[in-house]
Amino acid sequence: MEGRQILQRVRDRFGPAVVDSHEHRGDATAVVERAALIDALRFCRDDSGLDFDVLMDLTAVDYSKYPGREDGPRFDVVYHLYSVPHNHRLRVKVRVDEDEASVPTAVGLWPIANWFEREVWDMFGVRFSGHPDLRRLLMYEEFVGHPLRKDYPINRRQPLIGPKL
Amino acid sequence: MLGEGASAGAGGDQNMHIGVGPAHPAMHGIIRIQTELDGEFIRKADVEIGYLHRAFEKDCEVGGYNNAIPYTDRLNYVSPLINNFAYAAAVEKLLGIEVTERCQYIRTVMAEISRVCDHLTCIGASAMELGAFTVFLYMIKAREYLWELVEDVTGARLTISYGRVGGVKADLPDGFAPKMTAAFKETREVLDEVHRLLTGNRIFMDRMVGIGALTREETLGYAITGPMLRAVGVGYDVRRAQPHWAYDRVQWEVPIQKDGDNYARYLVRMAEMEQSMRIAEQALAMMPGGPINVDFEGKAIDPAAYVDQGKQGKTEGLLLVPIRLSPNLQGQNRPLHDRVNASDKRVVLPPKENTYGSIEGLMNHFMLIMEGYGIRPPLGEAYFATEGANGELGFYVVSDGTDRPYRVRCRPPCLPPLAALHRMIEGEMIADLIPTFGSVNMIGGELDR
Amino acid sequence: MGVGSFFTSKLDEAIGWARKYSIFQYPFVTACCGMEYMATACSHYDIDRFGAGLPRFSPRQADVLFVVGTISQKIAPVLKRIYDQMTEPKWVVAFGVCTCTGGFYDNYATVQGIDTIIPVDIYIPGCPPRPESVIDGLMKLQDRIATQTQRF
Repeated sequence: MEGRQILQRVRDRFGPAVVDSHEHRGDATAVVERAALIDALRFCRDDSGLDFDVLMDLTAVDYSKYPGREDGPRFDVVYHLYSVPHNHRLRVKVRVDEDEASVPTAVGLWPIANWFEREVWDMFGVRFSGHPDLRRLLMYEEFVGHPLRKDYPINRRQPLIGPKL
Repeated sequence: MLGEGASAGAGGDQNMHIGVGPAHPAMHGIIRIQTELDGEFIRKADVEIGYLHRAFEKDCEVGGYNNAIPYTDRLNYVSPLINNFAYAAAVEKLLGIEVTERCQYIRTVMAEISRVCDHLTCIGASAMELGAFTVFLYMIKAREYLWELVEDVTGARLTISYGRVGGVKADLPDGFAPKMTAAFKETREVLDEVHRLLTGNRIFMDRMVGIGALTREETLGYAITGPMLRAVGVGYDVRRAQPHWAYDRVQWEVPIQKDGDNYARYLVRMAEMEQSMRIAEQALAMMPGGPINVDFEGKAIDPAAYVDQGKQGKTEGLLLVPIRLSPNLQGQNRPLHDRVNASDKRVVLPPKENTYGSIEGLMNHFMLIMEGYGIRPPLGEAYFATEGANGELGFYVVSDGTDRPYRVRCRPPCLPPLAALHRMIEGEMIADLIPTFGSVNMIGGELDR
Repeated sequence: MGVGSFFTSKLDEAIGWARKYSIFQYPFVTACCGMEYMATACSHYDIDRFGAGLPRFSPRQADVLFVVGTISQKIAPVLKRIYDQMTEPKWVVAFGVCTCTGGFYDNYATVQGIDTIIPVDIYIPGCPPRPESVIDGLMKLQDRIATQTQRF
């Protein structure tokens, strides 16, 4: 399916819950509201025309220093979906505020979401409600803060042992 | 004491906790697997990663777009060329520019050579862990020939930083085609020997067949791609599904197996090496502008090739070889730029003679190198995926209009198999952990980024 | 005194000679340098001809700790523990520039040189070092081992 048709199908089903959509550089992208997120992802997975059976990637972007988004919702959680039978892709994004940085978990849909969500929690501090085991994936448990946020300086050391060089 | 202090297992058994790692002999990288054993069988396994987290994504935001290339080398450090080119292609997609034909063919050839190196290392290391030390030595011998080839082209064996946004660093050197033919001939001989040593070997098959299997649904549910997915029968290869560079212009097949166990993954990797060599040979033959064949008898060679020969130990009569020295600037006689870099002034550095010879070239160079200037893609985001040695290697780049990337995300192809590792080893014996972990081909740099 | 120190110095030399040609290394391999370590250990560049061809995968059986590859903050306590588990005499080789100074990873996750945690004898810079550099470092280590005096 073409990107336009995929976006049309999602918009037909979810109407106003699809806040924005575009095809910048050929990547079909849909921004949905948090309340409709899991339904939208389930629709993408189960609908026979879409058939997005693979969750290729789940990540987040911290938009606090982006021109035009300094006041808006801070994080965007990004889902890259791929369909093996139809060979098409879709990017689903959801905008998340800093104060209520929480998104429902996609673990029930794709088991790989377990580790991807743990990494987003580790690096950005976005919680996933309903996740069975939300702990850090890449950093150690004693680490304080979320490193990929824009306000975490790259050189701040928190050594477990050894001097703070 | 054995069994004491353990959690309650089924029916009041006491399971033994054994921690595998983080420092352990399976030389694939540092990872910790906390297992609960009931006798020899693994009942529960918890995989802990992150011991090689080197903040790749944060480091990419600090410098310019081309500054991230050395960091991408060190992601999947056994096939670094594929990472370089995938990142460069993601930024090119964001910019909306196309690379030249010749560059696409060069990228194809070098990426396939890198892929062969990766599979050689994976199979060699897993065979060594099972006790077949000779196979490891043979595979590393073949890898040395390929690394000499890569060194001729890029200047380094492992961390090559060869790709650039808009092209590659430099064109192929003189005499690349006969060297590649010789290296592939050696590699094919080694693969032949390894086939005879391992493929029908009773011990190897007993340890690998039926172990670590995953079903098709589990594999797709865990977003596993690459040789592990092709070993369960799904023929998804990004080079076939979304053809880029020269992959749709050469003839090759996607090897598939049905069983999904370690032995099937081994067979897929062995078959893929042959296909990779096939792709590289065809791409080199079809390259626009020719593969630069040179007759070596008595001809002067350029200084960089002279130094390379010395480094590789081919020093017989080296003092008598004449060198062709460039009259003014070093390296000017080698065609560095015009055929392999996109002709876009906002992205690609001008050739040195223009930089030093004309004011426009100097300003062009200045606008790309100095801080605050540089490559500035328009606002937006792009995701580009290529077939890494372990599966779909994707780069998601977000640009905010300045010369530094706003966010660079690497989709690691070996994270999903690690997330599924506990499914592969639960129910198997502790000794089966080693070949399973070897067949997953976990590369720490890519997993932990 | 005079005669006694002649014998102990000859004994030192003999022990040093024996130790330097029978290096049992513990390769603490983490990252890309591991590939060059493998290349150095295998047939093309062969460190077995220096007597260092048998890696012991247990720190209690090893005498040289080759720290190969980037050490992140998460694995630093493990490295310290491995170093503590080795018995005397022991030497440490920092292989690769990430172990010497942290390399170009000047960030929150990387130890800026393992000599902040454990004492290092030989530093082999390079990213990754060519096998010839590794062999040079190994030979310098052998000189160090050979001239080490014993305390009886």
